[in-house]
Amino acid sequence: MAQVLVVTSGKGGVGKTTSTAALGAALAHDGEKVVVIDFDVGLRNLDLVMGAERRVVFDLINVIHGVAKLHQALIRDKRLENLCLLPASQTRDKDALTEEGVAAVIAELRTKFDWIICDSPAGIERGATLAMRHADAAIIVTNPEVSSVRDSDRIIGLLDSKTAKAERGERVEKHLLITRYHSSRAARGEMLSIDDVLEILSTPLLGIIPESEEVLRASNIGSPVTLCNALSAPARAYFDAARRLKGDKVPMIVPSDNRGIFNKLFGRKAA
Amino acid sequence: MSSVHVQRRSMMFRARSFMAFVFTPQPPIVEWLTELDASLERSTGFFVGHPVVLDLAGVQLSAPAIAHLIANLEERKIRVLGIEGVEPEVGETGLPPILRGGRGTRSFELPESQPAAAEPPAPLPPQKPASLMIEDPVRSGQSVVFIDGDVTVLGSVGSGAEIVAGGSIHIYGTLRGRAMAGAAGNARARIFCHRVEAELLAINSYYKTAEDIEDSLRHGPAQAWLEGDVLKMAALN
Repeated sequence: MAQVLVVTSGKGGVGKTTSTAALGAALAHDGEKVVVIDFDVGLRNLDLVMGAERRVVFDLINVIHGVAKLHQALIRDKRLENLCLLPASQTRDKDALTEEGVAAVIAELRTKFDWIICDSPAGIERGATLAMRHADAAIIVTNPEVSSVRDSDRIIGLLDSKTAKAERGERVEKHLLITRYHSSRAARGEMLSIDDVLEILSTPLLGIIPESEEVLRASNIGSPVTLCNALSAPARAYFDAARRLKGDKVPMIVPSDNRGIFNKLFGRKAA
Repeated sequence: MSSVHVQRRSMMFRARSFMAFVFTPQPPIVEWLTELDASLERSTGFFVGHPVVLDLAGVQLSAPAIAHLIANLEERKIRVLGIEGVEPEVGETGLPPILRGGRGTRSFELPESQPAAAEPPAPLPPQKPASLMIEDPVRSGQSVVFIDGDVTVLGSVGSGAEIVAGGSIHIYGTLRGRAMAGAAGNARARIFCHRVEAELLAINSYYKTAEDIEDSLRHGPAQAWLEGDVLKMAALN
């Protein structure tokens, strides 16, 4: 059974697109058939993060308007053949998305893929509500910071009321992904702690992604961080999160600043 | 200085919601009336004392035709309290008022009337729940309004969420949003919460914002009540 996931947050700049690409690539790396869809019509980014921006011919809006067939718009990843991208249009805006069109595209993708990951735009308007409309499960991306947490709370409320599942009286499964976590700043009280975030949002935790230069480096070269440097701390956190999505029990590791055994042995100087 | 200033309170209007059955006639109307007669035969007198709303979105009827339909229904002892799904001009023709913004509930089957019972059966016992229980957290942006009585929330109320109750408000999680109790003019209503980090507390329209809540009460269990026109707060233990 295909799983439709929406990666959402309410607030912009928290890491939705990075997380969509990293989780999509991690699932595809483990052999799953994955498509990532950019719902940010007008401000598309997922093609850049996936390194496919030079191969975009047709997009989601073309498919919805019947200008192109779905298979013409899907872009196969060059590194992983079971990973596809359905890009957004940069020249249109979110009003070009129609409810029936999105439903038809998702229904067709369900027959072809194991995982359909929808990268939601920021905000709570049309683009965001249509991205979550057909989701079976949602990944709520949050930074450990009050404005991001409150916006996530708002989005969780919408997931419980505005999705097709909610209207049928069912529940969208929800996972919390905390990104840009900085352990030393959290220890100094400059960020909300993991416990605070979990207490406020009362949603199960999918993973904690540490703040890292690797994420920026990966997006600059157009590669999901899980493919660019699979051994880096954020990539490993994303791989763990992807396994939890599949239902595996993976112990949760709170990222720390310790960079390895040598630091533990020799790096005793006060940070 | 002889003028006397009489302080006038602005008039308070109360809202109340009622449950009404909605009829949705389908063309041809004659057949629809026959079907209606068949249903009514099983439950005689069901609609006596239960005026209905007529939803005409499914049919194209002129004002005289609507009047004729309403007369037909009145022959069957069914009174129409309003119509829905018609152009606004129809409202100027002396027909029942046009209603808008109705919210759907479940659909009903007409109960079989017992042949022995002579008097019309009382169909829906008007049970008005006096309290509303919410088992999930109330999220930012959500608004829970329950004018008929108390509201109990088992989870937390998020920053940017609000609870409005005619009676008291009980929150077993953390209150980070707004709580407005006694909203229909009840000065005896109270607010209780397991942990107060509220943005605003109000009882009978007297309020306190986050700034006015003492630091010593924050992060702990607390209650709020009204003494005269002062909103009081105290720790709850």
